[in-house]
Amino acid sequence: MVLKEFRWHGRGGQGAWTASELLARAAIHEGKYIQSFPEFGPERMGAPVKAYTRISDEPIRLHCAVYNPNLAIVMDPTLLATVPVTKGLGENGILIVNTPKEPKTLKEELKMTKGTVWTVSATELAMRILGRAITNTAMLGVVARATEIVEMESIKKAVKDRFPEPLAEKNMGVIKEAYKEANPE
Amino acid sequence: MAKVEQKIVPLNGDNAVAYAVKQCDVDVVAAYPITPQTIIVEKFSEYVADGEVDTAFVCVESEHTAMTCSITASATGARTFTATASAGLALMHEMLGVASGCRTPVVMSVVNRALSAPINIHCDHSDAMCERDIGWIQIYAENSQEAYDSIIQAFKIAENLDVMLPTMVGLDGFVLSHTLENVSILPDDAVKKFVGERQVPQVMNHEGELVPFKLDPAKPLTIGPLDLHDYYFEHKRQQEESMIKALDVIKKVHDEYSKQSGRTYGNGLVEAYRLDDAEIVTVCMGSTAGTVKTVVDELREKGIKAGLLRIRAFRPLPVKDIISNLAGKKAVAVMDRACSFGGNGGPLFHEIRHAVYDVPNRPKLVNYVYGLGGRDMQPHMIETIYNELQKIAQTGQVEETVQFIGLRE
Repeated sequence: MVLKEFRWHGRGGQGAWTASELLARAAIHEGKYIQSFPEFGPERMGAPVKAYTRISDEPIRLHCAVYNPNLAIVMDPTLLATVPVTKGLGENGILIVNTPKEPKTLKEELKMTKGTVWTVSATELAMRILGRAITNTAMLGVVARATEIVEMESIKKAVKDRFPEPLAEKNMGVIKEAYKEANPE
Repeated sequence: MAKVEQKIVPLNGDNAVAYAVKQCDVDVVAAYPITPQTIIVEKFSEYVADGEVDTAFVCVESEHTAMTCSITASATGARTFTATASAGLALMHEMLGVASGCRTPVVMSVVNRALSAPINIHCDHSDAMCERDIGWIQIYAENSQEAYDSIIQAFKIAENLDVMLPTMVGLDGFVLSHTLENVSILPDDAVKKFVGERQVPQVMNHEGELVPFKLDPAKPLTIGPLDLHDYYFEHKRQQEESMIKALDVIKKVHDEYSKQSGRTYGNGLVEAYRLDDAEIVTVCMGSTAGTVKTVVDELREKGIKAGLLRIRAFRPLPVKDIISNLAGKKAVAVMDRACSFGGNGGPLFHEIRHAVYDVPNRPKLVNYVYGLGGRDMQPHMIETIYNELQKIAQTGQVEETVQFIGLRE
């Protein structure tokens, strides 16, 4: 597998860095090479933040930010109005957005002429299962579905490494549900 | 020693350092947290609190005291570690010279960060470059794996009786310190065996008797007292002698470690990447080397004879290796992640240019200052440098010796 690059958009406190880490940790369980890093800077609750994941079969030597991601993941729909979330996405780029909207509608709104859009009502889903509007694990479920880059079993291991019970179990529920509910266009 | 079984774990650079220190059977850690080094100190204090290490952890009120405490602990024969960054290193400055002058082999990770003002928490090498002449060995890591490996090697280098010099391992702030990467870790017993117990040499005390070189009330000794025009100069000459000996020790420790880990970083002093038939070469230190390697591979696919010389040991400066790798090359760009204001180029440039001065077929040399305050060094900027080098190689002319790249101008 050639290098795959992911850009996570969230707001400070929503767990974008954690999501980027969970994906990397899942991939490392499958013997992949990984990098996960936040857009470096003092963390501020609520401010737009970015985090990145790189996954490859080969050792990763790049030590710069991600400029042309294969995937961009938007954890908070309010970012769409202010953050250029599609920037650098290529011909086969994938955009994953937390929104109740249909992917087709979103694609039109963002004036996207290429690539694929996936949507999921992550906030609603997280409220239903976690009781909190933390959407990072839901988005991870959609990434797994859209890319098949990691097995659900590896995600489970990463989640269990990261969260204590019953939080791990609940988050796995979110991931599995998001995996099922996601819609592509 | 045969290669040992290793475990691959996801660690960021700071946690990789903390883990290495945990395995090195360190007696004393005295440290003060500062971004982006904080994770090291936090993680290590957890190891202490959880009883995973038998280390005295001293919470101090400043970096000046962190270094003072490290020196005094080391002077008792204890294996000692500390960590800092940026302003913390600057505050240590006075005591850094005491550490090297007292021949206390303290190991310190410096998570390289810009100096104030204005305040900036991001990576550049200006903190460590200010300590170039303070008598510390300086080693720079390219990735989190190398940060881990280098810390383990550093204890063995610093404590070698031919060296007895404090050693700092530099890792780029955030770019390495906060980036999760695959890190292969050696088993605890393999590391413990590799670093061994700290040895001290025998010295003559005031009564003419041979005693171990350490502070011990049973065998009193004074370390670092007044030393005027009678002997100061001789002691400084000895420090220089030990620095030169460290060149060999760094290589030997690197080779011995490689046998267990299966990983090499050039010859331990410098790493030559696709240099054999290279005509145009960049020279750099730290994490940027990884990005440069990717660019070199792309240029090679286009038939461009590009190469990289990564300086791993900045002090002592491996002059012979720099000469053997750069002699006969057409054009060389030295990349500096620090500025020497008014010095006509960055510190690494000065060092490389001085190293090749006596070589008859020395290359044309230019300098690029980059990445100050964490400005991202992107692949296209590195390509620009190689493009410029191609022009210099073709024309034999250097238009501008010192340039800044990735800058609004």
